[in-house]
Amino acid sequence: MDALVLTLAIPLASGLLLALFGERGWAPRLNLAASLGTFLAAALLTVEVVAGGPRFAFGEAFFIDSMNVFFVALTAFVGLTTSIFSGPYMRNERSHGRLTAARLRLYKSMFQLFMFTMLAALTTNNLGILWVAMEAATLTTVLLVSLYRTPASLEAAWKYFILCGVGIAQALFGTILLYFAAERVLGETGNALLWTHLVSVRGQLEPVVMALSFIFLLVGYGTKVGLAPLHNWLPDAHAEGPTPVSAVLSGLLLNVALYAILRVKVLADGATAPGFAGDLMMGFGLLTLLLAAFFLSRQKDIKRLFAYSSIEHMGLITFAFGMGGPVANFAGLLHMSMHSLTKSAIFFAVGHAAQKCGTQAMEDIRGLMRINPVIGWGLMLGTLAILGLPPFGVFASEFMILTHAMKHHPWATPVLLLALGVAFAAIFGKVQPMVFGDTHARRLPHAPAITPVFVHLALVLMLGLWMPPYLVRWFEEAARMLG
Amino acid sequence: MIAAPLSLQLINLFAAVILLLAFAMLAQRRVLALVNLFALQGLALCLSTLVVAATSGQAHLYGSAALTLALKVVLLPWILHRLVRKLQVKADVEGLVNIPATMLIGVALVIVAFNVALPISQMASTIGRGTLGIALASVMLAFLMMIIRTKAIPQVIGFLAMENGLFLAATSATYGMPMVVELGIALDVLVGVIILGVFFFQIRDQFDSLDIRHLEKLKER
Repeated sequence: MDALVLTLAIPLASGLLLALFGERGWAPRLNLAASLGTFLAAALLTVEVVAGGPRFAFGEAFFIDSMNVFFVALTAFVGLTTSIFSGPYMRNERSHGRLTAARLRLYKSMFQLFMFTMLAALTTNNLGILWVAMEAATLTTVLLVSLYRTPASLEAAWKYFILCGVGIAQALFGTILLYFAAERVLGETGNALLWTHLVSVRGQLEPVVMALSFIFLLVGYGTKVGLAPLHNWLPDAHAEGPTPVSAVLSGLLLNVALYAILRVKVLADGATAPGFAGDLMMGFGLLTLLLAAFFLSRQKDIKRLFAYSSIEHMGLITFAFGMGGPVANFAGLLHMSMHSLTKSAIFFAVGHAAQKCGTQAMEDIRGLMRINPVIGWGLMLGTLAILGLPPFGVFASEFMILTHAMKHHPWATPVLLLALGVAFAAIFGKVQPMVFGDTHARRLPHAPAITPVFVHLALVLMLGLWMPPYLVRWFEEAARMLG
Repeated sequence: MIAAPLSLQLINLFAAVILLLAFAMLAQRRVLALVNLFALQGLALCLSTLVVAATSGQAHLYGSAALTLALKVVLLPWILHRLVRKLQVKADVEGLVNIPATMLIGVALVIVAFNVALPISQMASTIGRGTLGIALASVMLAFLMMIIRTKAIPQVIGFLAMENGLFLAATSATYGMPMVVELGIALDVLVGVIILGVFFFQIRDQFDSLDIRHLEKLKER
């Protein structure tokens, strides 16, 4: 069967199955098997596209090129490791009495459906369907954020729904404007929202309408990326939801929302004055980066801390894509993948640490190195990696972004360095006593799955030291396509 | 000045009704009446889509009109009615801003919306292009409603009314989006309301009230 069909059908079918039979004994294994299947199908799809070039599926409804196949592979991979991690984690949560069997069923089903919406958003060629899938992604995760049904988690889920709903409504208006601009050139066929058609006529699209449309889409999807000033939902949703959900929100949802912006940016670049879209993205990116860096030092909850770190990195990545050009786009793509891998690894480690200590409050998490050296090292290494210390991959991408900014936008360099410095001080200062120090913690009823943490970190380390040539080519091709 | 054809007059009339209903929703404090106003707005939207479909000869617009009728006039109001009855929500209390002030802010928003929409509607070649300003205005009024209401259900109705405005924008600027996209949007809206229904029960079980002022604990300190 077609690899793309499998990539989309496996999460959809297993999500529906798990909704019906999620309380059976084999449900966790089905969840894991589905994630593994999705990953294998995505890997196959990647091999096909890398070898055979871009292709369509189902007429022109789906379009796979080097850019989105890279996100598909990353999404499926993090989905797989999150499933591995969530098995023991959720069993522990149940033993601690925080979750019931019915809630676990909801979790597994919604997790698979969430993967489906992400993969559909990445592979569709229709910008309208992209919108539909992004909204569906919010809907599938609202009930996951409120899974614990605590007052705080309900509040977080409500905020998440309303803020993202408002954001996504703006994105819909942007999509309508885009369709309006496209219809004047492409005519009233059903093709006017197909990205491949739009990109071939992007020079003829009405500049004023395209500019308005890009602003609405940037702010709209930017809400889901976590761009300031509509980033407020993000720390709450990350802190109050279960940890596997935090890991996929940070590692995947933010990336996919940013992917949507990048697709539209390619169109806006062709129609509007040069630099218009890029300058907007640079502005939003810098603002987000700076704001998040200064909020970091005020955090008391460990998951909120790393949620703000996600906002910070998303700001940096948006800034990189805003600069544009092959080098900055390359760095942006690299940083996106490094951040995904590192941040989900950190959330895995944080999840186990919080379970061990029975709290997410950082002042009560102490001495992880004594309780469980593996988790302790996982958290420490993950933190060092996300802070951009060599030889991890984040260093390589941050270095590229910084040097490129120095060369082409020197005014931004002090802001970037200041934000990165402040973030370093805040995060390192808080993680250090959590890892080293005295403790009194309990044993977990189920041994934690710690492998995913180190698999992710090993990948980040490897990509920091050496990138396989095909990966470099792949990144370069995607970066060139972004213009 | 030449008299506009009947169809254009009808389109403008329905658009005016939609805007009027948006203001009425802004002022309405009782939840059930709010649901009914929302259903009426859906009906006006459906009729205006029908007139556009008949005059422009765009066959797929009949489909959108039917979808609007089924979803926004029948199904969603029915779900909301049930929710209100089951949750026993009675009257809404005063919002964050009093009604006259809200109305004044609303008028200002309408002026802004018309100015933003002006350059775009001048470019459009569709029959209902004059209503683009109204569409944007109703989106903004719904947005305002979401901001000033303190109860969960009126906020959601504001959210749905915003979608009504966006739909009007799509029909007036471009004769509607492609059918597959509209179906997808309708599905999202429906699933969203169902999920929120579940969510309302969770909120009420937890707080014994649907007042979202309980939901203001998570803040940066």
